[in-house]
Amino acid sequence: MEILKPAVAGTLESSDAQVTVEPGDGKVEFNLDSSVINQFGNQIKKVVMETLDRLDINNVKITVVDKGALDCTLKARVEAAVYRSVDQYDNLPWGGIIR
Amino acid sequence: MINAVGRDIPQEILDITGKEVFQGVHYRDGYTYKKDGPNTKCVINSNGSKLVKDIREALVKCEIKDGMTLGFHHHFREGDYIVNMVMEEVHNMGIKDITICASSLGKAHDKIVPYIEDGTITNIQSSGVRGKIGEAISTGKLKGLAIMRSHGGRVRAIESGETRIDIAFIGTPTCDDYGNCRGIGGKSDCGVLSYAMVDGDYADKVVAITDCLVPFPNFPAHISMTKVDYVVEVDAIGDPAKIATGAAKPTTDMRKLMMADYCTQFVVNSPYFKDGFSYQTGVGGASIASTISLAKIMKERNIRMKFGVGGLTKPMCDLLINDQVDCLLDTQDFDLAAVESVKNLKHFRISAGEYADPFNKGAVVNKLDFVILAALEVDVHFNCNVVVGSDGMITGAQGGHPDTAAGAKCTIVIAPLLQGRTPAICTDVTTVTTPGESIDVVITDYGIAINPARQDLIEAMKDVDLPFKTIEELRDIAYSITGEPERVQFADRVVGIIESRDGTVMDVVRQIKPFEFADEK
Repeated sequence: MEILKPAVAGTLESSDAQVTVEPGDGKVEFNLDSSVINQFGNQIKKVVMETLDRLDINNVKITVVDKGALDCTLKARVEAAVYRSVDQYDNLPWGGIIR
Repeated sequence: MINAVGRDIPQEILDITGKEVFQGVHYRDGYTYKKDGPNTKCVINSNGSKLVKDIREALVKCEIKDGMTLGFHHHFREGDYIVNMVMEEVHNMGIKDITICASSLGKAHDKIVPYIEDGTITNIQSSGVRGKIGEAISTGKLKGLAIMRSHGGRVRAIESGETRIDIAFIGTPTCDDYGNCRGIGGKSDCGVLSYAMVDGDYADKVVAITDCLVPFPNFPAHISMTKVDYVVEVDAIGDPAKIATGAAKPTTDMRKLMMADYCTQFVVNSPYFKDGFSYQTGVGGASIASTISLAKIMKERNIRMKFGVGGLTKPMCDLLINDQVDCLLDTQDFDLAAVESVKNLKHFRISAGEYADPFNKGAVVNKLDFVILAALEVDVHFNCNVVVGSDGMITGAQGGHPDTAAGAKCTIVIAPLLQGRTPAICTDVTTVTTPGESIDVVITDYGIAINPARQDLIEAMKDVDLPFKTIEELRDIAYSITGEPERVQFADRVVGIIESRDGTVMDVVRQIKPFEFADEK
């Protein structure tokens, strides 16, 4: 998939994460601000990268402002931001590349 | 050198401090020593008053100089003005290398961080620190070592002469011109002056600071004129709204109510719940809720409490009003109801020494049946951390945690299994404050773990319908939800020590290192 325009998903509430995706300059650029970065920074990066990989995205600037979200929340926020960036709101591939 | 809770204490730290590593809760039982005493400047002439015009004059008369140790108490909690007001003047006079020995420091004292950065303050001894001072210490801005010690441990350090206070500043809600201090009355009413009593007894110079000067004699004095050198009157010693808040509304958080219910059920099913039992609890939502539900069961079963200890709040004081407890022993008042309750004849003020000091001939904590505590982290060895956040930043205080845990027959720690993504039950706590040998029961919203060292409690609970689990099971549940947290990346430099109540070294706190991703190092 190709990121077409900037899009956001998620909130800054505790246990949530706000994910912003923007068109990249030929690579994945990952930025993280997390309340639990010292304990979970590497794990958060891994989950976000795996999710992007699953969505077949390799050209994106992605910014995650994390307030202690669990992995499932992080995945969901990344997926939502990506599909918003391509204006796809119907026929989402539940059980396909969204899981 | 590895201590009794498995922490490696660098030899360098032992050399600098002259301390031993922690060797168990009862290591110094029976230890014999000669108490320290203050240098005392006698007042025989009868034509003087002790009033001086301002803090600066008091500092000059006390002959403040570089390298001195200044004592402070924290009865005004987040409303305290005293520390900032004194340190601003010390800074203005160009004094350097001050050691602050406070019973605790909090967010009210964020303003002194620049004095840490410019070398006015180079050492801090406190129950703990919150807010910006904690960040300053954790990021290596304090030149010397921060020593975190419990309320009982502070009294021990002063009585034994390990810490000598040159000048103590005692903020006092009322005072006369001869230095008789009372914790009650005035506009900054805090009820008691328990933590400052040791400063009165052992500091070379004692300065009373009040915003309500009353005619002599301000009796009965909580700290006597016989210990006070100077009296300063200022406009305000604190913000009354932050000194004693209105009673906290009982929590409606279902998770906390469930833990409170587990706690009450555990207490009433334990062998110590019988007529004449003793009890202390903290100020967390679950602790307060469990006191309320315990009071109900006490009434139903016609069981009276002999004495309650604290750190007091309204639900504890209600026990006295409702004649369910013989007396309260008070070291600190957290809300207006507790401040008001001090007037009750069965509500007794005690000093921090009477409360928790391990180096006297026996403290109140040794007589406790139950203490209900909180913790940031508890590990599978039952060690508790209440000082350093899971992110490595100093953010809390020992308070009476290790003192009461060591003394009580049944020490219960209540902690929600998860705080956001941070598991409270973990493999190894970030730093140890209270050793696992003092902790008997851990209550979480996912289950209750009894320390295997307490087979008697496990036996007593075998037919009780509560969700018992092992501490490892609780950790595994937490990790299955959050993932296993990585160890925080610390630098080598030790910025603080967690002192055991007996003066040995429980753990060290290292400088925090900016996070780096594993694949970008």
